Amino acid sequence: MTTATATQDTQKAPHAKRRARSRQRWASARTYIFAGVIVVWCLLPAYWMVVTSFRDVGFTYDATPFFSHVTLDNYRAAFSTDTGNHLTRALINSLIVGVFTTVIALIFGIFTAYALARLNFRAKYLVLGFILAASMFPGVALVTPLFQLFTNLNWIGTYQALIIPYISFALPLTIYILVSFFREMPWELEESARIDGCTKSQAFRKIIMPLAAPGIFTTAILAFITSWNEFLIASQLSNSQTQTVTVAIASFTGSQPHQEPYTAIMAAATIVTIPLVIMVLVFQRQIVAGLTAGAVK
Amino acid sequence: MASEEQSSVAAGTEQPRSGKDEKVSHRKEATQGRAASLLIAPTFIVLSIVIVYPVVLAVIQSFQKDSGLDPKTGLFVAGGFAGLSNYKHWILQQCTAGGVTVSCPPGNLGAQFWSSIGTTFFFAVATVILETAIGFGMAVIMARTFRGRGLLRASVLVPWAIPTAVTAKLWVFIFAFEGIVNKIFGTSILWTGSANPARAGIIIADVWKTTPFMALLILAGLQIIPGDVYEAAKVDGVTAWQRFVHITLPLVKPALLVAVLFRTLDALRMYDLPQIMTGGANNTTTLSILVVQEIRSGKFNSAAALSTITFILIFLVALILVRALGINAVETTTVSGKGKAK
Repeated sequence: MTTATATQDTQKAPHAKRRARSRQRWASARTYIFAGVIVVWCLLPAYWMVVTSFRDVGFTYDATPFFSHVTLDNYRAAFSTDTGNHLTRALINSLIVGVFTTVIALIFGIFTAYALARLNFRAKYLVLGFILAASMFPGVALVTPLFQLFTNLNWIGTYQALIIPYISFALPLTIYILVSFFREMPWELEESARIDGCTKSQAFRKIIMPLAAPGIFTTAILAFITSWNEFLIASQLSNSQTQTVTVAIASFTGSQPHQEPYTAIMAAATIVTIPLVIMVLVFQRQIVAGLTAGAVK
Repeated sequence: MASEEQSSVAAGTEQPRSGKDEKVSHRKEATQGRAASLLIAPTFIVLSIVIVYPVVLAVIQSFQKDSGLDPKTGLFVAGGFAGLSNYKHWILQQCTAGGVTVSCPPGNLGAQFWSSIGTTFFFAVATVILETAIGFGMAVIMARTFRGRGLLRASVLVPWAIPTAVTAKLWVFIFAFEGIVNKIFGTSILWTGSANPARAGIIIADVWKTTPFMALLILAGLQIIPGDVYEAAKVDGVTAWQRFVHITLPLVKPALLVAVLFRTLDALRMYDLPQIMTGGANNTTTLSILVVQEIRSGKFNSAAALSTITFILIFLVALILVRALGINAVETTTVSGKGKAK
């Protein structure tokens, strides 16, 4: 009896093992199929934008799935100012606004995040709630009052009319991420620097800042992207001199009235997007860390 | 809370034992409070200028009349207190024509209020449900270990990195009459030409752009679930579905709810995509678009009333969601660090 069951078991075991292995193989195949679907879904529209941007305008609606009728004319058209588009200026504007927004938001954000992460004070939750509420605020509610305020100050068409609202959009995000980074810092080092005779601000600048640099850098990227992608405020508070790239893309006009110059728009869109995509791919890890910093744990 | 613990440990030598020492610690808190208020001041000032001041101004304006020519006397009148008329204009659809209050004619922006509320909520519900469901699926795949995972994670970030204005233009082109979607499916739908296709197009574009963000947040939630929990369940013979329902869902719930809350509030102020894709035509006018249209027609006071309504609406939705789902947004998003004690 016992020998019989034992032989049965040994006969059964390879079957079970094989079945388990094939199930495992099927599971990993499924993973690859789903992953493939996600990759295609995410990249295909972007790929189509790039393909179209290199396509002759006569073949705008050509459905060939790979590069065909390749030309650089669309890029020339995108940068040309003949039809009232100022992509070059818009790129410079977005860069200026983005850099100033990022730098100022970071400086203010570091101060506030340090206070929230390191200091004890009674209104802490009030401040956090206030900042959280600010980040939920609908942008349209700000447009009219800011428009009138900046008109009175004669600021419409200046960079500060965009930079100041943008700082307030970037700040809540900056503060969340920095607070969560600051919480994980080895603050004992600050204490020991103090014992060695550093002042509080010296300890912060010389010990903490270098350690916090990766977190601050991540925050900077995210703040810059927020500012680069903003549309509502830019479309209402800028003029043709301070127009940013998103407004330039949205209002891109061709030589023919009532006909969207799609190939040129896609060229302009590619130019506007490429720096961001490169930045995102290079700093992928940091960005994911920053995006999810505040949200979990 | 972590920092309290840390600072009290750091200040361990001067821990209060008697009443005198307690005074010292009080003084310490006071100096920290002073330092904190100095450090927070710049942020506070910027947010006050850009957020608080406009809100207060908008509320004041919403109770004022537009200045203009009095239709009876032909004289210029300088506005003045309007009572609730700006709010009635939207909620009760009342317009003033020749000094008489009548119900708004169909072409008037005021008549679009309720339909744009419907549109806004329709977009919010549809996009958030789709993005949560698809994002969860994406996150589950991204959490697995397999070769090429790096490529998956990189490509997921691409839609997120593309500016919304570009996304809008791109999808308008994809949905163009002679565009690639109609060619692939052999259809001849005028996507931006009527209500349902236009709405579907906007939702698809939004889902494409925003799902990756959702997926990353959910992924971060998934990754803090310790693997041995699954191993233990597997050993106990728990099926995959049961593991998902009884382990994954409850553990990922806090991260998921915060993501849903933020996405909902974001979706309720949707502006860029419908504005660029359809200009608000064919029942795609969201509240934000309606506010801007009212501003463009020069009626700043009723626009202020509408933006106040939008704000209150979003605030109420936030409140209801926080209450109903039991989210402690402040706690989960910022304060809870690694050394969370309570």
